[in-house]
Amino acid sequence: MSIRLQNIAKTYGPPGRGAARALDPLDLEIREGELIGLLGPSGSGKTTLLRIIAGLEAADHTPAPGRILFGDRDVTHVHVRDRRIGFVFQHYALFRHMTVYDNVAFGLTVMPRRQRPTGGEIRARVHRLLEMVQLEPLANRYPAQLSGGQQQRVSLARALALRPDVLLLDEPFGALDAKVRQELRRWLRHLHDELNFTSVFVTHDQEEALELSDRVVVMSNGRIEQIDTPDSLYRAPANRFVFEFLGDVNHLEGEVRDGTLTCGDARLAVELPDGPEELLLRPHEVKLAEAPTADARLPATVTAISPVGAEVRVELAADWMASPWLATLRHADYERLDLRRGQRLYALPRRWHRFPAEPDTRPTRAREAVS
Amino acid sequence: MITLALRAGSSPRRVLPGFGLSLGVSLLFVSLVLLLPMTGLFGQLADLSLAQYWAIITDGRVVASYTVTMGAAAVAAIVNAAFGLLLAWVLVRYEFPGRRLLDALMDLPFALPTAVAGITLATLYSSNGWMGRLLEPLGLQVAYTWVGIALAMAFTSIPFVVRTVQPVLEDLPVEVDEAALTLGASDGTAFRRVILPHLWPALVTGTGLAFVRSLGEFGAIIFIAGNMPYETEITALMIFVKLQEYDYAGASAIASVVLFVSLALLLAINLWQGRFIKRLHGGMG
Repeated sequence: MSIRLQNIAKTYGPPGRGAARALDPLDLEIREGELIGLLGPSGSGKTTLLRIIAGLEAADHTPAPGRILFGDRDVTHVHVRDRRIGFVFQHYALFRHMTVYDNVAFGLTVMPRRQRPTGGEIRARVHRLLEMVQLEPLANRYPAQLSGGQQQRVSLARALALRPDVLLLDEPFGALDAKVRQELRRWLRHLHDELNFTSVFVTHDQEEALELSDRVVVMSNGRIEQIDTPDSLYRAPANRFVFEFLGDVNHLEGEVRDGTLTCGDARLAVELPDGPEELLLRPHEVKLAEAPTADARLPATVTAISPVGAEVRVELAADWMASPWLATLRHADYERLDLRRGQRLYALPRRWHRFPAEPDTRPTRAREAVS
Repeated sequence: MITLALRAGSSPRRVLPGFGLSLGVSLLFVSLVLLLPMTGLFGQLADLSLAQYWAIITDGRVVASYTVTMGAAAVAAIVNAAFGLLLAWVLVRYEFPGRRLLDALMDLPFALPTAVAGITLATLYSSNGWMGRLLEPLGLQVAYTWVGIALAMAFTSIPFVVRTVQPVLEDLPVEVDEAALTLGASDGTAFRRVILPHLWPALVTGTGLAFVRSLGEFGAIIFIAGNMPYETEITALMIFVKLQEYDYAGASAIASVVLFVSLALLLAINLWQGRFIKRLHGGMG
C-alpha cells in the first residue's frame, strides 16, 4: 500500500503567540513495499510525522487542510483503529498483565464478532507469528520475564497480527543495546523483504537509517531536508545539515586570499574566490603525514588513538581548529607512521566539501586534493 | 550472601547502613502506637467469659448495627470505587485549568476534622438544609437514614481510592492505551481489557481501605445518622454507648469484632494482590 501525504503540518498549543510549529507543511510519497527511514535529531518532527500517518495525532486543519492517502483510500479522517496500520512503540508498550500469546492475539480477539476469526484460526495465526519472531517457546511468559529484544519482537508480532497495510515503527531499536539492535535490524529487513508490506520507521541513528532503508527522509526543525537512497544521500547531500548529520565532520574555517586559505598557522591551497570560507571534511578524507606538502600545511597534535574495527580513529588538536579533528586511517598506515599520543604531524586533506551559505545552491563538488 | 554472612557471624557487613537502628526504632514505634493499645484491648477482654463475650457481640441491637455499618460501608466503598477511579483518571490523564486545585481538594477529607464534616453534612441534608430542601419533595430522605450514613462514609474515605489508584495510573504509559487502539480496540474494550486490569489491584486495595476506614468512622456519621436503635445505629456508636455506661469490657468486645473483620479483610487483599503484582514484575506467577 503506498502512502501519500499532502500538505501535512502540525502546530502544538493555541494558535497565535503560544503556538509551537512541530511540522512545516510537507508532502511525501512512499511507494508500495518501500522501507522508509525518517531520520533526524530529536525535535525534528519525525515522530510527530509518524504519529500523524498512524492517526495517533491529527494534522492541522488550518490554514489549508492536509490529506493522507493509503493507496487510493483517503484516511485523513479515519480513526487510528480503522486505518489498518501496525504500530511498534519505542518502549514496546506491551500489555504487562497478559502473556506473550495474549498480547499477540489481542488485535484478533477484539475484532467485531462478525469479522473475528474462529478460536482455532486465531490460535494457528498467533503461533505462526510467534514462530516467525522465534518466540514460540515463550508463549506463556509475561512481558516482564523477557529481555528487551524479545519484548520488541513480541510487539512486532502483535502489530503484524492484523496483517496491516502499513507498518509504522517509532525508534524500534532505540532502547536496546548495540548488539541486539544490529541483530533485530537485519531481522526486520529480512521480514520486510519476505512479507513485503510498506514500512516507515523513525530513528535518530544515521547508521541505522542508512543500513535499513530503501530511502531515507532526513528531517530537521519540522522540515524535510532531503529524500534519497542511502547511497546518494551519503554521496550527494543536498545541504550542510544533511552532510553534517550523516557522519563525523571536520571543519576548516579561514580566510581565502590569492588561492590560499589561511587559518592561524594552517594554510591550504584552494581554487576559490577571496573571502571567508568554511570547508568540511569527513574523517576518512584526512590523511596524516610527517611533512607538509606545497599545497597543504595543517600542523596538528595527536591527542587520542583508538584502534577500533577495520580502521584506527585518531583525534587531532591544534590552535587553529575550532574543535578537534577526527581522522580514520588504515591499520597499515597507522603502523607505518608509528603514531603516538602527543606526536606532531601534518594533516593532508584528500578532498573537501563546502556548502555556501546562500539557500538552494547545490554544493560545490568535492575537490580532489593533490596528495 | 547476607544470610551466609549472618549465619557465619563473620565481619562482612551490609553495605546499606543503619539497618539495626532503623528497624529498632520502627519496631519501638509500632509497639508503642499500635501493639500496646491492641494488647490493652485484649486485656479488657480477659474480664469476660467466652459466653459473656458471645452474648455481647450477638446482642440484637449490636447485630443490627453490624448490618447498618457493613451495608452502608459497602455502598460507600462501591460508590467511591467508581468515582475515585474517575477522579484519578481525570487528574492523571487530562490537563485542565484548576487541576492542581482539584488534586489538593482530594485530601480535604483527611485534613478536615470528621466531626466538622459530620455537622456540615447533617445541616446540608436535614429537611431545612440546602440539599435536604431539594431532595425531600422527591421523597428522598438522606439525613437520619442509612443513606446519610453511606454519604458520610463516602466523604471520609474517598481519598483512599483516589490516592492509591492515581500513582498506578501515572505509571501506566499512554502508549499502552494507544497500542490497544492501533490494534483496533474500541475505547470501551481498551479500557476494560488493558487499562482496568492494570489498575485492578490498586483499585481493590483502595476500595478495601475505604471500606475498612468506613467501618471505624464515628465523628462524621453520628451527626447525620439519627442514631435510632436497630435502624441507624453504627457499630462505632455501640462501642461509644458501652463506654458511656462504663462497660469497658463490653466496648472492647464489640471493638474486637470490628478489628478482626478489618484485619481479615486487609490481609486477604494483601495476599491476593501479592499474586497479581508478581505477575507484572516478572515472578513466575
